[in-house]
Amino acid sequence: MTSTVVLAVAVFAACAVESVEAFTLVLAAGTTRGWRSALEGAASAFVILAVLVGAVGVPLVHYVPIDSLRVVIGGLLLVLGLSWLRKAVLRASGHKALHDEDAIYAATVADLASSGQAPPRRDAIGFAVAFKGVLLEGLEVVLIVLSLGSSSHHLGLAAAMAAAAALVVIGVGAAISRQLREVPENTLKFAVGVMLTSFGLFWVGEGAGVSWPGKDVAILVLIAGFLLLALSMVRVLTRSAPRPERDAVAPVPAGRA
Amino acid sequence: MNAVGRGLRAFGRFWLDFLIGDTPEIFVGTLVVIGCALAFRHQRAVAMPLVIVATVLVFVGSTYRGRIRTNASVKE
Repeated sequence: MTSTVVLAVAVFAACAVESVEAFTLVLAAGTTRGWRSALEGAASAFVILAVLVGAVGVPLVHYVPIDSLRVVIGGLLLVLGLSWLRKAVLRASGHKALHDEDAIYAATVADLASSGQAPPRRDAIGFAVAFKGVLLEGLEVVLIVLSLGSSSHHLGLAAAMAAAAALVVIGVGAAISRQLREVPENTLKFAVGVMLTSFGLFWVGEGAGVSWPGKDVAILVLIAGFLLLALSMVRVLTRSAPRPERDAVAPVPAGRA
Repeated sequence: MNAVGRGLRAFGRFWLDFLIGDTPEIFVGTLVVIGCALAFRHQRAVAMPLVIVATVLVFVGSTYRGRIRTNASVKE
């Protein structure tokens, strides 16, 4: 029960972060090249991602031995979680520029505007930008859904939480339009990094045959431990941050968040 | 065939970037964690603390490497 709730929260938060990044690109494509092509591009990518979850996820759950699956997937989650947590700590301590969605939006709009006037009906550039943005960001969502869902036999729940996160981001994004910088992306990434690292380590251990004391409760202990460690690192690293130059660091381009 | 080749290359690039990217130490460290878990799985008293310590070391080491690289690029 404990791990199911934590899993749902982890999938929702991780997918919310990726959805914000995808939404930025669809918004930029829609406003500059026309909504029809942008929405068609985003919808096509959604269909491909849903097929991927069904085609890869269901066989994974039914045909691959659960222990081998947990070791491989735990390893993938560790790689993803440690990378996210590392970036979140470096950003929170001032060693890396914050991920500025407004800057990415402005850069994408400028790029698209320089590609010439959009045709009145369908526009290949708008379609391609929205398609690529949703597909690339969505692939990470698919990995998270498949990893967390198949390892715990809660693929349906993980997919539902991912869809809910996407819907919430679309709803909030439509309401606040371009104020995407209001979304506390680094805080979300920090929390998700802690959760993915903890789940990854837990499942690597479970799959390999290392028994954790307290079973699922060990996940909460790992989360608390990694959170404490990451917060301590932010504190320590903030002292050596290159403060005067901090604002001069270029914003992170989309897809490298 | 050309489109299939391009798709496969893009898929390969995605995985290379996802697994290794600019932090190869995290990928290598994760392999070490998995290796430790498999090698010591029958000795619970050793295995559990070992995988935790290995993960912490990978995280701390990679973050410090990121800090050093940022500071070096600012000085340049």
